[in-house]
Amino acid sequence: MGLLSDPNRRRALTNLLTRLNTPICVLCYLAGVAWFMGLAFEPFTLRTYMSENAMGSTMVEERFPAGERALVTAREFGAHKRKSGAMPVDWLVKTMQSRGLEVYTQSFSRRLPFPDENKERYMVRGTNVYGILRAPRAPRTEALVLSAPCSPDNSNNQAVGLLLGLAQYFRSQIYWAKDIIFLVNEHDLIGMQAWLEAYHHTNITGMDWAPLHGRGGSIQAALSLELSSDVVTSLDLVLEGLNGQLPNLDLANLFYTFCQKQDILCTIQEKLQRSDWDSVSGYSQAVQTMALMVLKQASGRPWGDHGLFLRYHIESATIRGINSFRQYKTDTTTVGRLLEGMFRKLNNLLERLHQSYFFYLLPSLSRFVSIGYYMPAFGFLAVILLLRALDLWVQLGALPSVTEDGVGSRALPLQSSSPSLVSILTPVVISHLTGAALYTLPVLSQELAVQHFPVSETEAVVLTAIAIYTAGLALPHNTHRYSSIAKQGWRVLKLVAVLYLAVLLSCTALINFSLGFILALTLVPVAAFVTPHVPKVLSAVVMVLLAPGCTLLYCVFAFQELQEAPVSLIDGWMLFLSVISQGMLDHALYGSLVYPLLALFIYPCWLILWNILFWK
Amino acid sequence: MANIIAVVCASYGLAQSVCDGEDLAERFFRSDHTNNWAVLVCTSRFWFNYRHVANTLSVYRSVKRLGIPDSHIVLMLADDMACNHRNPKPATVFSHKNMELNVYGDDVEVDYRGYEVTVENFLRVLTGRLPPSTPRSKRLLSDDHSNILIYLTGHGGNGFLKFQDSEEISNVELADAFEQMWQKRRYNELLFIIDTCQGASMYERFYSPNLMALASSQVGEDSLSHQPDLAIGVHLMDRYTFYLLEFLEDIHPASQANMNDLFKVCPKSQCVSTPGHRTDLFQRDPGSVLITDFFGSVRKVEITMETINLTVPGIPLERFGGEPHTETALAYVDQLPVAQIIHQKPKQKDWHPPDGFILGLWTLILLVFFRTYGIKHLKHIF
Repeated sequence: MGLLSDPNRRRALTNLLTRLNTPICVLCYLAGVAWFMGLAFEPFTLRTYMSENAMGSTMVEERFPAGERALVTAREFGAHKRKSGAMPVDWLVKTMQSRGLEVYTQSFSRRLPFPDENKERYMVRGTNVYGILRAPRAPRTEALVLSAPCSPDNSNNQAVGLLLGLAQYFRSQIYWAKDIIFLVNEHDLIGMQAWLEAYHHTNITGMDWAPLHGRGGSIQAALSLELSSDVVTSLDLVLEGLNGQLPNLDLANLFYTFCQKQDILCTIQEKLQRSDWDSVSGYSQAVQTMALMVLKQASGRPWGDHGLFLRYHIESATIRGINSFRQYKTDTTTVGRLLEGMFRKLNNLLERLHQSYFFYLLPSLSRFVSIGYYMPAFGFLAVILLLRALDLWVQLGALPSVTEDGVGSRALPLQSSSPSLVSILTPVVISHLTGAALYTLPVLSQELAVQHFPVSETEAVVLTAIAIYTAGLALPHNTHRYSSIAKQGWRVLKLVAVLYLAVLLSCTALINFSLGFILALTLVPVAAFVTPHVPKVLSAVVMVLLAPGCTLLYCVFAFQELQEAPVSLIDGWMLFLSVISQGMLDHALYGSLVYPLLALFIYPCWLILWNILFWK
Repeated sequence: MANIIAVVCASYGLAQSVCDGEDLAERFFRSDHTNNWAVLVCTSRFWFNYRHVANTLSVYRSVKRLGIPDSHIVLMLADDMACNHRNPKPATVFSHKNMELNVYGDDVEVDYRGYEVTVENFLRVLTGRLPPSTPRSKRLLSDDHSNILIYLTGHGGNGFLKFQDSEEISNVELADAFEQMWQKRRYNELLFIIDTCQGASMYERFYSPNLMALASSQVGEDSLSHQPDLAIGVHLMDRYTFYLLEFLEDIHPASQANMNDLFKVCPKSQCVSTPGHRTDLFQRDPGSVLITDFFGSVRKVEITMETINLTVPGIPLERFGGEPHTETALAYVDQLPVAQIIHQKPKQKDWHPPDGFILGLWTLILLVFFRTYGIKHLKHIF
């Protein structure tokens, strides 16, 4: 007879499963964590290489000459910006027209759900200005975008200046096969979202924008430039976009190739390249870089203006110039040459970048970890949930025989082995209703809160969210009053909860590995060990400490530590509050999915587990 | 006595001249082809395959320079590099960096262009199975006395050649096509040159007679490209064809270089890959096959001052005319002087007659002269 259909063997297997369940779960958890830490170990990573044939091995001699003139333009732009207080639209239109581009403007406006205290804006109204350089001989089917943000204070002037300088230089060349769109967006991400929505004729976020009068073809790639100083010491590449989406790795490879060619210092996560990756300090730097990337990707917010292009399958990255205290400085002409080289290579593309990886982690600019290598780390954690589910299933299957022998009545096993659907659904429904309240109430009730408490709208929203979150902890004392199922019914609920969590986390990890992994790190132990029979107070404390809210708090502290800017407890708490408000704003403004996921699915799941802990 | 010696000397001298004439005649009829054809195919498209088009065009140039006319060349280019939007020098295709040699020129006749370069069209050209509406320029109208040169370049692998990024021709198909050509007596001798990665695999399966094949690399090796141009941003030529072009530049229509020299083109030190060749199906000895038998279309006209009796051997005829003949070496006119194109000398400026200003100046000088010295001197001038 087969292994699984032979009852004796099956009983032996299930006994093995039940006996060894906890050790295997612990082992899997340690294996998952160790696998993740080992990803950054140099012999396990692969060197980056250019996969796209069209952007192949040949180099062009870049000849951009006008770095100084770009700086002069930047100063003019800064002066006009200060004079007009907002974006100097007329000056920009005139300058772009004098450089031979087709110039158009787009106005947009948006009222945020509650004021943004980080950027100090509530009613946003602005104008985007963009100029299109038409390809001299090609049909207008494809386009490339170079964008620079117009920041309200004195930053990013040099970026706009360099953009205009490059526009003038590019206009005099005849080898462009795609239209190049030079975009200056106001109010950084909000302006960019308005422009992209208008360009692609979609309206996802409910923003109010004027339609675009001029259009290029379908955008193949986009680069966003942030440059705030005349000379830079290093260029930082920012890849993480909305919902943790990353551009094709070929774009990062392209940037790195040109950094090496122009001899510019290039960084990722603002950490320098080094030559001794296999030493201990090298390994720790690689782990820090990778952890920073994981944290940034998990937050689901776009970390540069490029982040919103990714949703439209446009590969994009942000290049940020950093001026720190270093002896070797790079001037604007060299940065311009780097951009010229990148654009010439992108010009040679015949189809969208698709040859290299879309899912990867970068421990450094020259090394990468692809999805095939990092997914097993999450797989180990998901296996724990499945083992627990199997264990519960076995226990549920074994129960009727026990009670039958013990009680000897026909009616009871039926009742205890299959509690009614309603009684299982009750905690589930109530948890999800709490989650829905967490999602909708903070924004809706901000006016009410402002009337009754001396707080600003943002604080009201955030504090309401935390209040609802904490109120959920009191639920078990209410729910189990409605349940009339026997003591063993918690097993079914836990089975449902564990499987639900497994599905949730797996789906999250497929789209945004970092978010799935971080949530799994804290939620899987909770889901695995919680039963009504563990010591209540200790487990309650542990569960609260491993709840999604506290996970967010730890992530904030870890992020600050990794960026070498550690914060004190109070500052960390304020940062935590601002992170919550940013998360809600990102969801409302750009469609980031982290906040809905946490509020509507992860938090109810945790509440169900909390219910199980307090089962009576 | 002296008479006998004189007669013997005379007869010896005349016999020698007869033998020279026979040698000349021997050389005259060394190869039994009467016309030359060339089929030059570039199978790759896209801008980064610029070098394949440049390869084909440089072989085209050499073949035209050595005498094969456009009506006897079937040129198939899969993409238009000269008018590609990314070409910073439109209407040119360069083969040497720093833009020394424009192989596109202004008299290129492309017979199959763009998407017309397919495996089916290539095989139809070779076997002659074209629809009746096909124009003459797209046909290979060879007969059983034609020597055909076939040159293929592109991306290839072990046993196949990629056409247009979407289909392939295998070495078996090619061998069968050549067998069809042999059975239909569409060629006298055929020289097959291929410049792709693992090119030697393409001629492994040939089984028809009178085929000679050359390839730029062996199975398992890649053919490498030669030099990038930093202004255009692509590699301009492949190594094997680059050195082949250099070798062919030295060949002129009367050159006596033979196939053994061609086999030595691009040794491993220059090409990095090992070029290969196959001559077992060829009936003549490669050492006796001239390069111009395939690459050129040599008019079978040799100017000689001797008369040769082709019917009865050994009977000397009188020399016609009595004046001594200058034994100047007679040569063919250089049909396409490439050297002059590369190193152009400045043209001599024509002499212009003096324009109005100078005429007026001279008139003024004359008037001043006669005014000063009196009009009576005028009659001395005229």
